[in-house]
This record gives sequence, structure tokens and C-alpha cells, in this order.
Amino acid sequence: MNRRETIKTLLIGSLASGAVISGCKAPETVIVKEEEATGYGRTPEEQEVDRKLMTEEFLNATELATIATLCDIILPASPTAGSAVEAGVPEFIAFIVKDIPRHQLVVRGGLMWLDSEAISRFNKDFNTCTEEERLAIVDDIAYPKNARPEMEYGARFFSTMRNLVLTGYYTSKMGIEDLGYVGNQPNVWDGVPKEVLEKHGLAYEEEWLAKCVDQSQRNTTAEWDEEGNLLT
Amino acid sequence: MQIIESPKVYDAIIVGSGAGGGMAAKVLSEAGLNIAVVEAGPFFDPADPKTRTQLRWPYESPRRGANSVRDFGDFDMAYGGWDIKGEPYTTTEGTEFMWFRSRMLGGRTNHWGRISLRFGPDDFHRKDFDGLGDNWPITYEEIKPYYDKLDKLIGVFGSKEQLHNDPDGFFLPPPKPRLHDLYYIKAARKLGITVIPSRLSILTKRINDDRGVCFYCGQCSRSCFAYADFSSGSCLIFPAQKAGGQIDLFTNCMVSKVTVDAEGKATGVAYINKEDRRLYELKGKVVVLAASACSTARILLNSKSSQHPNGLGNSSNVVGKYLHDSTGASRMAFIPALMNRKLYNEDGVGGMHVYSPWWLDNKKLDFARGYHIEIWGGLGMPSYGFGMGNTTIQEFLGEEVGGYGNQLRKDVKRFYGAILGFGGRGECIAREDNYCELDPEQVDEYGIPVLRFNYSFSDQERNQARHMHQTFEEIFDTLDAHVFGDTPTREQNYGLNKPGEIIHEVGTTRMGNDPRSSVCNKYQQLHDVDNVFIADAGPFVSQADKNCTWTIMALSMRTSEYIVEQLKKQNI
Repeated sequence: MNRRETIKTLLIGSLASGAVISGCKAPETVIVKEEEATGYGRTPEEQEVDRKLMTEEFLNATELATIATLCDIILPASPTAGSAVEAGVPEFIAFIVKDIPRHQLVVRGGLMWLDSEAISRFNKDFNTCTEEERLAIVDDIAYPKNARPEMEYGARFFSTMRNLVLTGYYTSKMGIEDLGYVGNQPNVWDGVPKEVLEKHGLAYEEEWLAKCVDQSQRNTTAEWDEEGNLLT
Repeated sequence: MQIIESPKVYDAIIVGSGAGGGMAAKVLSEAGLNIAVVEAGPFFDPADPKTRTQLRWPYESPRRGANSVRDFGDFDMAYGGWDIKGEPYTTTEGTEFMWFRSRMLGGRTNHWGRISLRFGPDDFHRKDFDGLGDNWPITYEEIKPYYDKLDKLIGVFGSKEQLHNDPDGFFLPPPKPRLHDLYYIKAARKLGITVIPSRLSILTKRINDDRGVCFYCGQCSRSCFAYADFSSGSCLIFPAQKAGGQIDLFTNCMVSKVTVDAEGKATGVAYINKEDRRLYELKGKVVVLAASACSTARILLNSKSSQHPNGLGNSSNVVGKYLHDSTGASRMAFIPALMNRKLYNEDGVGGMHVYSPWWLDNKKLDFARGYHIEIWGGLGMPSYGFGMGNTTIQEFLGEEVGGYGNQLRKDVKRFYGAILGFGGRGECIAREDNYCELDPEQVDEYGIPVLRFNYSFSDQERNQARHMHQTFEEIFDTLDAHVFGDTPTREQNYGLNKPGEIIHEVGTTRMGNDPRSSVCNKYQQLHDVDNVFIADAGPFVSQADKNCTWTIMALSMRTSEYIVEQLKKQNI
């Protein structure tokens, strides 16, 4: 990668963007000439860590099938967004238990607890239960404060699963869209929208605002007087 | 094994490429000196797409950014961390220390918080106020011109506030507060806590044509590819190279010692090239150590010779002593008034938009020094851990805890952006009995003795942390917030972060006028060896309730100008 070339491209990118920018909705285009970049900015050692984890297997196909069932109980599809399985959450869980090994016993043991419970109640594995049967068990373990003493270990497992599913889902592309996060892109921050300030009964003080950046002058090179007062 | 010597004699060899080393490289190369910069990690340029993490999405990482590989998560721009394979450190029994090292060009400046605070006039002579520690041999007035130059060279946003001990500088305009900042301002003012725009080295406005302007992604910890935040590579070393500076970069080269001649004067450095694992020597007229406070102490202590039997520059026996890190304590809370937020892009700059500098008089308190409050919150990008606190919030609200199904989606949206967090960062008293030394038994994989730390807190720091938590709770009460976790007890050190954990370690080669009680003089020149200088945070006499980077750079600039002057006068 030629560093100077990158800088040049960046400068052209930021200079080409309009000098007049108002409001926080006008994104500035920053052009980065990206040569085929692999991964997500890994060092060779880190790539090796990922590669190794990807090729290892911890959870088996049966366990993952039950996890997928749980995923869609915890976050089924909504009228506007896909389910946890559609968002790839089982794949995330398969990876994360290898990456953070303290999850392994909780998840594997919890799945076994779940099957044991299903067998004692319905004489079959959790995954071969009917939906109604599954929910009968889930209702007993999904509310940790109300779980009966014999359900406590199941409730702990379900809490872990809920956490992993929420994290996996809301860090996926689908989940981020469902959440409505609109950042992680070039922007010009110019304050809280007026209607939001009103809703919260807040207002910017004139004195404070006077100190803040005038975004229409952001591309004008800074100059100061001898006292440090900004002139531009 | 044969030592491979380079025939070239540099005017100066700089060890380390972070804030202090980068500044030395810039000033010395601009003066026309022929220099070598020796860095223990690989080359790194924030603009290189191969290593870029900025603007990446959590799902690009299979672990969604979790911290199992990099200590502050997959996207944080620090190679190294608390533990580096093959390069351990130890602690004496019953004490603790955490040591964060970034092994890469630019060092820790690639991921730091960009909080760029000048020390104030009082911070250079605290002993006069409370009798603790020692005064610096320099005053604010002597350093002020360098802070001024630094502000203009690097760019820092802030506002003129005329606060006696938080001096104003040449500021770029700060960004407007975000919603959670406005809540904080309101609550802090009600309690009489000062709150002002923060001071961060991020370009809210153009300062030159080499660097871009902030585009508000809030990801300075990932190192900005537009060079809109300060990191040593993008703002000091690369511009110095571009300006025609004669700089040879030696990356993946681990300096083990400073070499000396028969008179005990430095002749250069010895290093191990990590790629071929062979020993090399570089020759230089001047050696500038900027490897970080503890690494520099380690190099000095390891540079034992018949001329310097106690290690280089250590006739005082002070090298490694007076080690101190900022105090730290943190708390976060759920703010019901911030529930059900309307969503918009409020990523902002990569850090806080407002903060509270120290606002009280210690005479009325049971601890000696101050702290500032850092604020975080907002509609941040989800990463590993997102949603895991929701059951606690349900409990706060007296709602049914747990559940499944689409109700969870509603909760996620109701609670999103309603967390406010505070970090207190304060001054720890520098003490002789907090130190690092060479471990008598262990070496690292390059054969260099490892550091052994001995660090303990006193009631000064514990009481300060207790005050931080009291303050945080008062602010949260004002906001009708639900605070996560219990108030830490004395047994928990009142919630103090572990020594070293704030990553502001300073003081191991302190400056002073008396060679019997200090390692270097006020120009950061070793008392014992006049051609060895220190340009990191080692020479700090005290930490102040400020972050150390801006002062490291101002002092490195001053030291480097002094080196140029002394070379011209042929004094060294």
C-alpha cells in the first residue's frame, strides 16, 4: 500500500465534499481507495487465531439444531424484521463458545439440562417436542425471578441464551437495521435535533453554543490571534 | 552469536515511536539531524486499508468485536495489550500492577482517548500546597510556549474558560453536546460541579492540507484513516518524512540496552530484530529514550556496565521508583428519562463532548489531589455485550424480568441510548516505594530481564475513589437514575481501578535539580550521561489530575529543541 497515494485520495475526498454543510444530515464523502482488503483489519497472527477457531468444532449438529430452535423462540421474526436464525445467530453462537470458552460448559450443560427436562416431561428431546411442549418448558425458565427451585439451573441457561441471542442478533446487519442505529458512516454532527430537545425539555444555551464549531467553516484552515482566539 | 553493527553514525537514535518519540523524531529531523527511530512493533499507518478497523461493522468480526483477542475489542487499534506472548512482567507478592503496551508504530497514540489537557500552574508544585511528593524543577510558564506550539501543530478542540488550573490554549471549536451530555450538564450544575466542553486532539476544523477533518464516526480508538485525530505516525512521523526528514525507521526491533564507551558516554543502542532474532547495534551521538515510562526504566536498568554498575543513569538509585498511574473509578446508570429515544446519528467525536475538570478545594476533603470526570453514553454502535444488561433494567423498572419473543425487541428499543457512564480520573501521590525493577529471575524471549512491579495504594487514593463514587451517585440521583452495582466498599478499595489500569504510568525516571534524588535534569537529560535524554512520561514528577499525553509531547518538544541547541554548541 502506497501511503502517499492513500493520503492523496483522502484529501481529494474531503476537499471535494461541499464546503457548505448544514444540519447533521449532510454526510461528507470520504473516498478511500480500497485495494482488495481481506478480513477486518487483522494482523497475520490474528488471522491465524480466527482461522483456527473457524476450523475447530465444539458444538455438534444436534446441539446446534436445538440452539436454532431456541434462537427463534427468543427472537422470532417480527412483521418488519427476520428471526434470529435468519440473522445467522446460531453460527455466531457456534463461534463465540469457541472464542470465549467459559460459555462452553454453560451452553453444553444447559442443552443437556433442557433435553433431560423434556424427556422427563414428554419422553422426547426438546427439539422433537411440539411447539406447545417446548414453550411449556421455556415458560418455566424464561423468568428467572419466578423460576421454581427445580427450574433454577434451566433459568440460568436460558438467561445466557437470551444474552447471546440478543447480542448476536443486534450486532448482525439485520439486527442493526431493526434497532435503527444510523451511524458508522461519515457525518457532520451539528447538535441534537430540535424536536428531540423539545421532547426532553432541554435547550442549548447561547453562551455554550457560541463556543461550538460552525460547521460551515470546518474546511477553512484554523488561524488564531496571539491570545489564542480563533479568527477563522 | 555475532553482533551486527551498522557503520552509519546517527545524530540521534530515538527508542520508541509513540507521543514522545514521534515528537522527538519530528523536531530533530526538521533541524536537519540524521535520525533512527527504533520501534518494538510493526509499521502501522492508520490509512492502510489492510489494517483498518474504522467504519467496520460488528458483523465483520466473527466475535462481534468481543475482547478475546484485543483487550479493548477487535476494532481497537492496539497491537499488544495487557499481556504479550513471550514478554511477561511480574509483581512482588501482595501487590498488583497492570501494564498495557502497544507494539506498533505510533504506540498507544493509535487508540488513546485523545484527551489533551495541559497541566496547570499548581500541578508543577503540589508539594507547596499539601507537603506530599515533590515539586517539579520547572513551572507552567516555562512549558506554556510548548503547549501553545503543540496546540497549533496537532490541533485540539476546547474552549476558553479562564480556569486557573486548567489553562486555555489555542483551541479548535468543540462539537455541540449530545443529548446525554445535556442531561449531565443540567445535573452537574445543580450540584455546583463545573462542566465545560471537553478538550480532545481531534480536528473539528482543518489545520493543514495533510490531514482531514473529523467526520464524526466516534471511532478515534480505531485510529483515523483521514488523520483527523492525533496519532504519532499520522501527525508527527509521516509529516516529518514527507518534509524530507532523514529518518530511518527500524520496526520490530526491540532495544535491550544503551551501549557506552570507556568514559561511560552513550554510543548507541543494542537491539534484537524480532524477525531474524539476531542482535544488532546502532551508533548515535545522542540517544533519546521514549519507549514508555516503564520500558525506558527497564532499558536503563538493563544497561549495566563497569562504568554504570547500577544501570545507566542510576547513580541515584531512583530509576524505576516513583512510578504512578492515574487513579480511576467508574460507574454507570440507566436514565429512565432517556427511554424510547428518537433515533438519529449521534456518533459524534471519538470521546466525550463535555467533561468536568477538578472543581473542589482539597482543604475540606480527606484526600490531597483532584480528579476530573469523563462522561459517556448515547446511541452507540452495538457490539458484543449489547442487550446483556436488559434484565437488570427490567428489574430497575419493576417489570417482569426475563422473557422471550418479540417483547424483547421492544425492550431493546426502549432501553437503547439510555445509559450514562462516568469515569473519574485523578492524581495518585508519587511514592518512592511504588516502583518497577528488573526481575532477578526472569528474562523475556529476547533474553532481556523482565520488569517486576511493586505498587500499592494509600488512603489518599482510596478516599479519592470513595469521593468519586459519592459524586457519581449524587449526579445520578439528580437524574432519577438507576445505578448499576453497589457502592464499592473499603475492602474493594472503594472501586479504584488496579494500578496501571488507567494506562497513564509515569514517574520512573523523574526529573529534578538534585542528581542524588532524580534521574534527569529539567531538560530530561540524564544527570549521569549527558548524551542520553528521556522523552516519555518517565521524567514526570507528578501526574496531575490530567491525562499525560499533552505534557509528554510539550516536554519532548522542549527536550528535542534543547538537544539541537546543545549539539550546535558542541556541548554533547
